[in-house]
Amino acid sequence: MESVIERIQRGNFWQFHGGIHPPEQKFLTCTKPIASAQIPEQLIIPIRQHIGQAGDLIVKVGDKVLKGQELSASDTPMSLPIHAPTSGTITAIKSMAIPHPSGLSETCVILTPDGEDTWKQRHICPDFQLLSKAKILEKIANAGISGMGGAGFPTQVKVSTLAKIDYLIINAAECEPYITADDLLIQEHSPTILDGIKIVDHLLNPKNILIGIEDNKTKAIDALKKATADIDHIQVCVIPTKYPSGGEKQLIQILTGQEVPSGVLPSSLGIVMQNVATCFAIADAVINDTPLIKRVVTVSGQALEKPQNVWALIGTPVGFLTSQCGYNNSKNRHLIMGGPMMGFSLPHDQIPVIKSTNCILAPSEIEIASPFSSTSSKEVECIRCGQCADVCPAQLLPQELQWSAKAKDQPQLSKLNLFDCIECGACAYVCPSQIPLVHYYRVAKAEIRQQKLLDIKAEKAKVRFEARKQRLEREKIARAEKHKKAAEARKARMNAGTTAAKSEKSAVADALARVKAKKAQASINANTTDSSTESTAENAMAKNTAENTAEAVTQVDQIDESKSQVANAIARAKAKKLAQKNQAQIDSLDTLQDNESTSSLTSSQAAPVVIDKKAKIAAAIAKAKAKKRQAEPVSNSANTQADHIQASVIEANNVEATTEILKPEVHAKETAIDEKAHQAKDITSSGKINNSAEASENKQQSKPQPASQNDTLNLDRKAKIAAAVAKAKAKKLAEKSQQGSDATSSTIESNQASELTSQANIAANTVANKKARVAAAIAKAKAKKLAASSDKSSTSE
Amino acid sequence: MAFWIASSPHNHQQSETSALMRLVIYAAIPGIFAQWYFFGWGNLIHILLAVITAIVAEFTVLSLRNKKITTQLFDGSAILTAVLLGISLPALAPWWITIIGSFFAIVVVKQLYGGLGHNPFNPAMAAYVMLLISFPLQMTQWQPPLSLLAMDIQLTDTLAVIFTGYTPQGYSVEQIRTHIDGFTMATPLDTVKTNITLGLTVVESMQAPTIGKHFGVGWEWINAGFLLGGIFLLFKKAIQWTTPFSFLLSLFICSFIGFIISPDSSTSTMFHWFTGATMLGAFFILTDPVSGATSVKGRLIFGALAGLLVYLIRKFGGYPDAIAFAVLLCNMAAPLIDQYTRPRTYGHKLGVKK
Repeated sequence: MESVIERIQRGNFWQFHGGIHPPEQKFLTCTKPIASAQIPEQLIIPIRQHIGQAGDLIVKVGDKVLKGQELSASDTPMSLPIHAPTSGTITAIKSMAIPHPSGLSETCVILTPDGEDTWKQRHICPDFQLLSKAKILEKIANAGISGMGGAGFPTQVKVSTLAKIDYLIINAAECEPYITADDLLIQEHSPTILDGIKIVDHLLNPKNILIGIEDNKTKAIDALKKATADIDHIQVCVIPTKYPSGGEKQLIQILTGQEVPSGVLPSSLGIVMQNVATCFAIADAVINDTPLIKRVVTVSGQALEKPQNVWALIGTPVGFLTSQCGYNNSKNRHLIMGGPMMGFSLPHDQIPVIKSTNCILAPSEIEIASPFSSTSSKEVECIRCGQCADVCPAQLLPQELQWSAKAKDQPQLSKLNLFDCIECGACAYVCPSQIPLVHYYRVAKAEIRQQKLLDIKAEKAKVRFEARKQRLEREKIARAEKHKKAAEARKARMNAGTTAAKSEKSAVADALARVKAKKAQASINANTTDSSTESTAENAMAKNTAENTAEAVTQVDQIDESKSQVANAIARAKAKKLAQKNQAQIDSLDTLQDNESTSSLTSSQAAPVVIDKKAKIAAAIAKAKAKKRQAEPVSNSANTQADHIQASVIEANNVEATTEILKPEVHAKETAIDEKAHQAKDITSSGKINNSAEASENKQQSKPQPASQNDTLNLDRKAKIAAAVAKAKAKKLAEKSQQGSDATSSTIESNQASELTSQANIAANTVANKKARVAAAIAKAKAKKLAASSDKSSTSE
Repeated sequence: MAFWIASSPHNHQQSETSALMRLVIYAAIPGIFAQWYFFGWGNLIHILLAVITAIVAEFTVLSLRNKKITTQLFDGSAILTAVLLGISLPALAPWWITIIGSFFAIVVVKQLYGGLGHNPFNPAMAAYVMLLISFPLQMTQWQPPLSLLAMDIQLTDTLAVIFTGYTPQGYSVEQIRTHIDGFTMATPLDTVKTNITLGLTVVESMQAPTIGKHFGVGWEWINAGFLLGGIFLLFKKAIQWTTPFSFLLSLFICSFIGFIISPDSSTSTMFHWFTGATMLGAFFILTDPVSGATSVKGRLIFGALAGLLVYLIRKFGGYPDAIAFAVLLCNMAAPLIDQYTRPRTYGHKLGVKK
């Protein structure tokens, strides 16, 4: 098998699939010398002119810069610096339209030249062999050199590859119609280009150097052959003219027969490709210490009077170049940056020339139809002629891609290898239906990229959401654990029985009580919820009972004032003791509640409110009762409930009322029954319903607590008033009852009294607190009247 | 002062679909001329009828579909379909055969499937098959070459036969088809087929007057005319060489094998090439891009399959000629062929089926 070099030496090249032969139109410019650079009034220098990141700006508005001075500094291999193309002043740094198909804006440095064109200090290096490879690479990087063929890949990245290089290919094919920039550069500057090739050779040390050039550039071929005649490992490969032989992948296939695998850089095959203009720039940078500040641009097209190649400073507005070449088409302007196959239209003529700009095309309407002519936009249905597939250099199926692109069938597009499309435009060029195929692919590619971005975003959001869910779950568990521990610790501390624990307990209890009281008041005042209505009703009922009791008490008082006073004192003392006891109970209850889950917090909070309120009422009742009880005869032990009470009372005072009357006893019983019913409704902390004595005792504990409560005050006041009223009545009654009171009358009376109580209850249940109070007052009055009447009836009996 | 923004490529070779269609129509002229020379005015009248019907039908459907009428009506595709149908029909077939066929081709086969570029079947051939199946009598009344006719048929006679069924002198189509010797003449393919079933050898069949010296009086010249037109199209790069090449090669190989095995019951390779609609099918029907395969490999398979089918139907089928059936069957196979003949994309591994 013959080697690649042997084949090339015989002039026998491989072929890439497809390809087209569009009218070359190179004659317009290929015979004229390159015009020297003119300095425009203003230079617009985009800070990013290559593939990669922009360097960091190191100049500011108002700075005076010299020719070749760095305007931005690069820190990473993929970012390149830019340089001042001439001396002048930085007049602005702003976002301006950049030469890109999108027509988007990016940061540009605006340089107003001073016309002096003063160079910065340069260090000419006549022999690059004296420099180290690192030094050469640094020089190339600092000169801001990127690929000048079109893509703009940073050159120092390409030439610093560590892969073993078999072939260094110098791309001089320049297959696009019209463009002669490389052709002219070779014709005029082949020695410098050769220097550049030698520098790259020195850096990469390839086995062979192949210069690929199309056979339509005879003068350039001669110049190259002459220049490389004495160098053995450089081959000038004259390849047949066919578009797009200048494509990197295509040229590699033509010269070496190898295909660059999809998605891989050629260096993996041991191949590096450099454009001739890039080689020139490398030589200029390394030897003359000249950064990349100018390049050859073909300004061509039949709309120009003098189409020619010009040296253009980077940043020169396109309009300056076209006017230099005699562009005077005032209307229907159409400017293309790049060739007619892969170039893009410019939105206006103030777009600057950048490092990768090789051509400005100003075609006449005959050359390239514009939408202003009637022949434009003739897209018709695809007839599946397959010419597009025949010319596709990537061997794609353009028509199938087109259908999938129109249908937005992204999986099918990927299957058809849309991303292997190099957008050479050969398919659209031959399409008889004039379908802008490449445009469809560009849109589809953009859509797929967009979709990929969205997919990545969605994936990230999903991960984030899952993480958050897990974190919340973890936190919840941790919180529950913490609460449990804290509750246990508190319980243990309280059960320790130390003084500290006690004081803590009381402090906690106080605080709790305060909170409870506040809440209770709020609920009473608001009086909206069921529980509050209920409690109000209970309140009213209790009041009623209390009044009844109070009535009885006053009677008793009347009868045996001195005794009851003593009893009061005893009861108070007792109550105090109980209060202490009960506080401890409440504490334990609270602890229990604390241990409960937070979700049941509201309900457990509601319960103490009710309990508390009830306790207050009960306290009032109990107070009265206690008074009454002391006057109660011991002999009346038939009633078990009363017995309990009596037992406690007897124990406490040892005083016996001998002048007892039956009536107060009945009252007391009645109250006890009432109280019992009352207790059945609530669940007190003690939970002992049957034992009324203990229950009443429990209630008594709350007496000192709500002293400041309005409710209790009201109650007290009313009780006092009622007492005063009752006192007078009782006096009268006492006299009567002394004579003839029997069981029957007392039963009747008790029945009536309980009826009244229930009446009051109903009233209280349906209306608000105030009303309940009023009703209570009415009931009170009624009760009195009834008592009187019953007395009468009993007397009559 | 406005600047035009356009997507690359800005250059275009300025070819147009309508130009392509026109070119194909022009290329059919030598064949049509031969047809006129040997068979009289019949097919020209049918072509005219078909074209008028096609334009009316196309106009109607395009207006119903709210399409750009001027550009699409004269893109040449409907006219080409009508011309091909007119060429294929028997010269003395009644006028309504053409009208129905042309209408069916445009409305049903082409437009109902979505118009140009979307029809899975070749409209002319689908219409032909529909007519052949629906009206077998009218569709098999082939007119013998003028030189063999007992009477002299002029333009007026042909017109009268097509529109009334009788010549002004009162002759029916049957009578016209009758040889001086009193038997009804058919196409060469028909003759051979009938004779083989009658137990005659092919060599004996070749003595029939319709076949003449070579492969059939007139037919050989018509096929030569279409071959000429096809070569012109190839030269103009209007059609790809692949399909006609593989079709003719496949037919040649098949008939050659058949001839080797049984020379008595098989006609020669050149007889297959130069009778019937072989050349018309090879260069004008099978090369229809819309209903054919797209890749080079796919076209080779497509053409070879068509050749095989033509031979099989001619040899073993019930119909003497088979181009239309073979084309329709291949049209059905085209998407599948395309699916399995996708080219390997640059930079992708060999043999990876996508």
